[in-house]
Amino acid sequence: MAAVILQAQGLSRAFGGLRAVDGVDFALQAGEIHALIGPNGAGKTTFVSLLSGRIAPDAGKVMLSGEDITRLPAHQRVRRGIAYTFQITSVYPRLPVFDNVALAAQSRGVRDLPAAVDAALDRVGMAGMGGRMAGELSYGHQRLLELAMGLALKPRVLILDEPTQGLAAGEIEGFIALVRGLVPETTVLMIEHNMEVVMSLAHRITVLNFGQVLASGTPDEVRANPQVQAAYLGTDHAAA
Amino acid sequence: MKVWLFHLAVLVVVGVLALTLPPYHANNLARVLVLAVFATGYNLAFGYTGMLSLGHALFFAAGMYAAALPATLWGVGALPALILGLLAGGLAALGVGLLALRTAGVSFMIVTLMFAQAGYLTVIYFNQTTGGDQGLVLQGGARRLIGLDMAQDGPRLWVAFALYAAGLAGALAIVRSRFGRVMLAMRENEERSRMLGYDPFRVKLAVLAVSGLYAGVAGAAYAVLFGYAGASFAGVQYSILPMLYSLMGGAGTVLGPLVGAAAMFWLIDIASGLTTAWLMLVGIVLVGLVLFAPKGLLGWIRERWMPWLP
Repeated sequence: MAAVILQAQGLSRAFGGLRAVDGVDFALQAGEIHALIGPNGAGKTTFVSLLSGRIAPDAGKVMLSGEDITRLPAHQRVRRGIAYTFQITSVYPRLPVFDNVALAAQSRGVRDLPAAVDAALDRVGMAGMGGRMAGELSYGHQRLLELAMGLALKPRVLILDEPTQGLAAGEIEGFIALVRGLVPETTVLMIEHNMEVVMSLAHRITVLNFGQVLASGTPDEVRANPQVQAAYLGTDHAAA
Repeated sequence: MKVWLFHLAVLVVVGVLALTLPPYHANNLARVLVLAVFATGYNLAFGYTGMLSLGHALFFAAGMYAAALPATLWGVGALPALILGLLAGGLAALGVGLLALRTAGVSFMIVTLMFAQAGYLTVIYFNQTTGGDQGLVLQGGARRLIGLDMAQDGPRLWVAFALYAAGLAGALAIVRSRFGRVMLAMRENEERSRMLGYDPFRVKLAVLAVSGLYAGVAGAAYAVLFGYAGASFAGVQYSILPMLYSLMGGAGTVLGPLVGAAAMFWLIDIASGLTTAWLMLVGIVLVGLVLFAPKGLLGWIRERWMPWLP
């Protein structure tokens, strides 16, 4: 088994009386594609926000390659290799595509900015679109641009929050191939609702429910788990 | 290259104006250039980084008094006085920024305004030293800069010109650098920028300090060039003026503050020659600008003909 790159121990966060994330233990193996699934409101986005440092935990620890990063602010975690792409597309609409990606690339001190930007855009199939205004792109292209920004950071861990949301069927196929090509150099953790994407991509799956880990394992193990079937997938899906 | 040549050409035009304008307007031009330095720095914070400060009068006044007090009290020369002013403006901005940048948006406006008002009241309170409303008059050695007499129209205008040219070159270099791109990113979406590895606090603090350097050297130059420092320069109108210049010329354009300062200055000059209700005329022009060119004069031009304008 590969080394653990990102780990959470007893991670908790409450909003008022709601325990959004409640004592989660979690380990991300280096080089894997790990899917985080669960019903709406299960605490998935809160959990990855705790990992990326966008919000602070009430209790628990986050460790990157064995180093405790719980107290590090988000921007320093990014510099250490944890990239986060937003659920709601969050590009800079009034800046050119080039600048959007360049901001990511220059953040890690790239010398040859145009080359790094071209490489990232090429990888998501947007070569030659650097001059366009990000806000004028189609929704699908904005999602891809968001991904290109994540890639330009050359992260060790790439956290994708519902990356295929709103993509057309053809675009999803391209996305699957793209993410598959990222590992094992990059480790991918993704929140995903589309079960076909999850089942075809994920090496391992963690199921969250009411802020707690309901199950964790390979796709087959998770699919066979009766609790998961009851809580989330539904028995029809399991039978199919 | 095109960008630098274009701005060089603009400076040549300003230089030709400096040579050909009648003395009254040449003198106004010197004033406009110094105020444009102030506004150019303001615009780095406001137009490029999205920090709407109402406290820049404090940085301007810090520069002005850091130059004027040593000059009048201890006979410090004009050049060291200018340097003291530069540093004082930067330090004041750094200090205010450390506290005020814990806030954003409207709170940031209010906190910076409060700091500036505190500064204004401090100048009034110590009127034995600062001269308060009466102000301080600089003369003799305090107005001799590298052998030039700032009491004379010609040398004064060229020093103002040189200062503006340096400020313009600095601003161009900053906004076209990688850091300039990060400034825009902060203005457009701070949370996204954080998740690309940038610390919003540090970026904004750095920009505010640079903006304070501009304000400080402009305040000091105002004292040295025009021989006067007074409490009115610490008042709230000197926080609003650079914002007005930036908005009129084009917030987030490098030349906008100069265009805005010049347009505003001569608009007031002409309007007050026509009628005693000149403020109304100025108001009508500003309303028209907001209606038809909300991005300012250069913002309007950039949108239509010069998309490459920084």
